[in-house]
Amino acid sequence: MTVLTQQPDRPPSGRPSSPDGKRRRRPDDTRTALFFIAPAALGLAVFLAWPLIRGIWLSFTNYNLLTDPEFIGLANYRRLIADPIFWDSMLTTVWYVVLNIGIQTAAALTIALLMYRLTQSTLLRGLVLTPYLVSNVVAGLVWVWILDTQFGVGNQILGWLGIDPIGFFTDSAWAIPTIALVNVWRHMGYTALLIFAGLQTLPASVYEAARLDGSGEIRTFFSVTMPLLRPIMALVLIMTVIGSFQVFDTVAVTTNGGPANATNVLQLYIYDLAFDRFQFGYASAMSVGLLIVLGIITVIQYRMTRADSSDLA
Amino acid sequence: MTRKTFTRARRSRLLSATAVLAVGALALSGCGQREGDSEASSTIDYWLWDTQQLPAYQQCADLFEQQHPEYNVNITQTGWDDYWQRLTAGFLAGTGPDVFINHPSRYPQYADLEVLLPLDEQDATANQQASDYQDGLMELWTGSDGHRYGSPKDWDSIALFYNSDYLADGGVSPEELGSLEWNPEDGGSFEAAIAHLTVDDNGVRGDEPGFDKDNVAVYGLGLSDPGGGNTGQGQWGSFANGAGWEVTDEPFWGTEYNYDDPALHETLDWYFGLSDKGYMPKYGQFNQDDGTLSQLMSGSVAVVSDGSWMVPAYSSSENFEVGTARMPTGPDGTAPSTMSGVADSISADADNPEAAAEFVAFMGSQECQSVVAEAGVVFPARTDSVERTEEIWTEQGFDTSAFTDPVEEGDAFFLPITSHGADVAALTIPAFQEIWADRPPSAEVLDRINPAINDLFIADKEAEDADSGN
Repeated sequence: MTVLTQQPDRPPSGRPSSPDGKRRRRPDDTRTALFFIAPAALGLAVFLAWPLIRGIWLSFTNYNLLTDPEFIGLANYRRLIADPIFWDSMLTTVWYVVLNIGIQTAAALTIALLMYRLTQSTLLRGLVLTPYLVSNVVAGLVWVWILDTQFGVGNQILGWLGIDPIGFFTDSAWAIPTIALVNVWRHMGYTALLIFAGLQTLPASVYEAARLDGSGEIRTFFSVTMPLLRPIMALVLIMTVIGSFQVFDTVAVTTNGGPANATNVLQLYIYDLAFDRFQFGYASAMSVGLLIVLGIITVIQYRMTRADSSDLA
Repeated sequence: MTRKTFTRARRSRLLSATAVLAVGALALSGCGQREGDSEASSTIDYWLWDTQQLPAYQQCADLFEQQHPEYNVNITQTGWDDYWQRLTAGFLAGTGPDVFINHPSRYPQYADLEVLLPLDEQDATANQQASDYQDGLMELWTGSDGHRYGSPKDWDSIALFYNSDYLADGGVSPEELGSLEWNPEDGGSFEAAIAHLTVDDNGVRGDEPGFDKDNVAVYGLGLSDPGGGNTGQGQWGSFANGAGWEVTDEPFWGTEYNYDDPALHETLDWYFGLSDKGYMPKYGQFNQDDGTLSQLMSGSVAVVSDGSWMVPAYSSSENFEVGTARMPTGPDGTAPSTMSGVADSISADADNPEAAAEFVAFMGSQECQSVVAEAGVVFPARTDSVERTEEIWTEQGFDTSAFTDPVEEGDAFFLPITSHGADVAALTIPAFQEIWADRPPSAEVLDRINPAINDLFIADKEAEDADSGN
């Protein structure tokens, strides 16, 4: 989302303008600007641009980390296209993203609306955020205990309801939905807060108008809130989808890719190839693949949601 | 001490990933300063993973220091899960150990990466004699290039560990349990015994009418890891071998895996079929990280197959006696056991290779090996020390012949050593999980991955041919 702030013309001051009628030239701010940009630019170069360029370069090499990279052209990419595990892993990741983002966005929107319409309590708003304060690894481990097939509280409760124990993390059909839901649980408060912030920017006047026109809650939501919220939702979706594609830690501590590759998400496969199998070149090629996929998805989302324009303007 | 291989190592990948990245970053930026050379060269950094064995090796290190006052040995113990990641990070950043305990499933990769020092080229270790050690151990640690990369420390084999209370309840004597036979058709007397030792929630045994296989209180046979890495080392590897399966075309440095062998498929279909019948847990029923140890110790299973390196852990049982019995006889008439062992390796980056080699030689000497034998934690690699361990374990009530008989009768076989161990594991671990969890015919799964595995070696050969053609 690009935010262009237009510098309003200064109101004429008491000083006389220059004789030829041109406005007084502003002092050159370039040096000051560079001075302030430098730290961030340095960080960007060192932590983003350089690793990105190096990663792309490594994707054209055979590199085991201990000896020098050896240029092999497009071989890694040819292997990638022919690698069934890569595509399988891509599908797994997409399935995870669909579940995770779909449920998370719906839940977060509901929470945000409830916060906006029903309560002013800071305590409640704070509580919604608490799962987000727990680290992913801790959240993953806690859910592994809760959902343990033999001894987990979760399956105990299901037992009281007369339901047989479910291998939430050990059944290949359940594992991805379970991980998706664990991450929904952790992130929905944060997402809700983002949407809530967006809701607060909506002018009260439109709601007043809607009320005067006799619009009910539901009609108002679909005809007023949603359209006005579109740029915010677009931003939230773009951010959460990118984050969701990069799922790693929860999977690593709960299923570690199992059972039988059912949760072998892309980041895990990349990690495995790099740090267990020392194939940094191929792992880099897959990372570039993920970068391209994310780039395409972001552009599509951006276009489809017209994230750069607001109906409020 | 030969633990399950890659599955567990991959467990705590997250923490280790951070460590590797952090150390990698240090290495790239050149900040990973080593300690002052003068100080470092007199200190030998020694890494190992097994806490049970730590006291014995500490004692050896103390003895070494007494004899070589100019050196001191600094031992670091890291759990198996983090051990390999720390080593990798150490090799990258030059902060690794001088000497470390190495595993047969791992060392080929390190040898390929040229991070190990050939022991046959060091003065102190050049003259280690194969005849001093258990047969085959020296060969196990000899690379495809003919150099020796490990000084053997111990060896291990597989046997059945049983809960003696459950055995008595079922009226099965330890002798009976140790002389069973199995076949892939009906499981033979082994399956009959396992069925009999299985008890459901109502107290009905697995071989009695009315047995409820969905509500089992005690399973006859325990299982936690479907593959044990590539070869079912502590699980089905011995069974498959008794049915005529060879893992690779050559015992060491083979270039062709035989996961497409029908003998293996029959074995696996029968073995994991025990799970369908309720005689063995289903996939995911017990936490895999806890291993078969906790299944037996918690009274959830009657019998498990496990390695000799686990004897000290099982001997700590307080509620009931744990005993050992020999693996059953297979269709080919032998009762085989997988065999393996660990060794000391020297890092190519060692500060003082002479000192490191002297230390390694001492660790493989009779002096240190008898200390290890006295501790009763593993079978020492040296033939002149192994008897003492047998005595100690026998005093603790374990039948050590369950482990040693297959070796003496020539039915024990070493786990294969090949290149691409990690690549093979990446394909086999999910495959064995699938076979246990979803129970498809194992031929379907393994026939699919076997060509992919062998392609790795074919690609090597092509690359070699291309090189020599130039």
